[in-house]
Amino acid sequence: MTTQPIPYAAFSLRRIGAMVLRYWYLMRSSWPRLLELIYWPMVQMLMWGFLQSYVDQNASYFARAGGTLIGAVLLWDILFRGQLGFSVSFLEEMWARNMGNLMMSPLRPLEFVLALMTMSMVRLAIGMVPVTLVALWFFNFNLYALGFGLAAFFLNLILTSWAVGIVVSGLILRNGMGAEGLAWTIMFLLLPLTCVYYPVAILPGWLQTVAWLLPPTYVFEGMRAILIERSLRIDLMLMALALNAAYFIAAVIVFLRLLDSARRHGSLIQTGE
Amino acid sequence: MIPDQSAIAVDRLSKIYKGNPAVDGISFALPRGSITGLLGGNGAGKTTTIAMIMGLVMPSAGSVRVLGTDMARERHRVLHRMNFESPYVDMPMRLTVAQNLRVFGMLYGVAGLEERIRDLAGQLGLTEFLDRPTGKLSAGQKTRVSLAKSLINDPEVLLLDEPTASLDPDTADWVRGHLDTYRRRRGATILLASHNMTEVERLCERVIMMKCGRVVDDDTPARLLDRYGRQTMEDVFLDIARGRGEAREAAQ
Repeated sequence: MTTQPIPYAAFSLRRIGAMVLRYWYLMRSSWPRLLELIYWPMVQMLMWGFLQSYVDQNASYFARAGGTLIGAVLLWDILFRGQLGFSVSFLEEMWARNMGNLMMSPLRPLEFVLALMTMSMVRLAIGMVPVTLVALWFFNFNLYALGFGLAAFFLNLILTSWAVGIVVSGLILRNGMGAEGLAWTIMFLLLPLTCVYYPVAILPGWLQTVAWLLPPTYVFEGMRAILIERSLRIDLMLMALALNAAYFIAAVIVFLRLLDSARRHGSLIQTGE
Repeated sequence: MIPDQSAIAVDRLSKIYKGNPAVDGISFALPRGSITGLLGGNGAGKTTTIAMIMGLVMPSAGSVRVLGTDMARERHRVLHRMNFESPYVDMPMRLTVAQNLRVFGMLYGVAGLEERIRDLAGQLGLTEFLDRPTGKLSAGQKTRVSLAKSLINDPEVLLLDEPTASLDPDTADWVRGHLDTYRRRRGATILLASHNMTEVERLCERVIMMKCGRVVDDDTPARLLDRYGRQTMEDVFLDIARGRGEAREAAQ
């Protein structure tokens, strides 16, 4: 039987769905992969939650700022786990030596990126929803009580995590698995600079300028404003969104350039070290 | 100038890595429905040539057209009409055979996908393995899964890099038979890179011999045997690899 000729489609939701299905099959087949999604965010939240409880009882400032540590941990995990969810799905293809099959298929680079973004959300939901519920149960910290603020925080953090994930994936495509370490560590560069656990004012003046160039800084400042001053800083969220839009577009351009460079240098058929 | 109606048209194609030519100005055209072997020793440039035909590697110079489409610029327009198989690329091991074929069928936009998977599994003797993780199959069974993936979209152009590497003679013979049947039924164009001379003699109606990134000979197996005065393609291959062909030509 000869099948019907397949029409060409410049963009296909079905191809994106195929990749999401591929990662879903993989996760479903491996309980350690599912456990890993929840394990570390849970450990982090418990550790910082108990620390918060301790300092609440001993310092009047923290008593006023109830929940800032747990809130910071949960929001940091959205940023970190969002990028990791993107990058690990990408790395699964490198580990499986499947990249050649994908690059030779009709899957377009932007469709691949959209599938990785979708999986980042799925992995984040599996990992973070149970952790936020445990935070509510153990420490009476309700992340969802942040309301619209939480939606704005989430949007800005996930956009940053995807931008970083896209660039890291491009670097791995171009440079091979020697660049894999970046996927696990690059986000930690943002940990001190985006002022996750302390106000921006603590940083030296020149470093404050750097911090304000990073969208997550606005999110963590915004979180402290809600928890300490009970005010939602829309101005901070809009600024973060503008920066994120610029960084996201730049990340996609960098990814496409790195992919072209990988094709010029023959890196796509040498996906080892 | 290579005619555009060829299935694959390679024109003065070169790839240079850090000053070293991996492929050095090769040209050939494969008519639709033909099956051609690309032969050469390690480092001859076969894999780089196939990678450039697929558009995975950008040429330093020259061009590749597949089904009339420039692969350096517009490969996405034709990728759904071609496919490939290589022992250097794996199928995801944790996914079952059916899951892998479903994912790739969706990527290639195959209509009536579940029926297509059942048909292919029947043709390739994979029906009983459809629900088994691909990583738990034997080497021969995995090769059949890769072959099923490469045929999922009923491709008009099929690129095969060492399709029977690491297979036992019986399985290898079965794979060759299936490829030949597929080409005749579909009218597909097949380009086959191989070290296996038996395979080339059995399957290919034309052989392109490569050495040091260049095409050093290009003819039917029968004419090559005649020209080199040899009984087997293996002897022809050794003559070319060791430079005896050039010495003979010089002496004549």
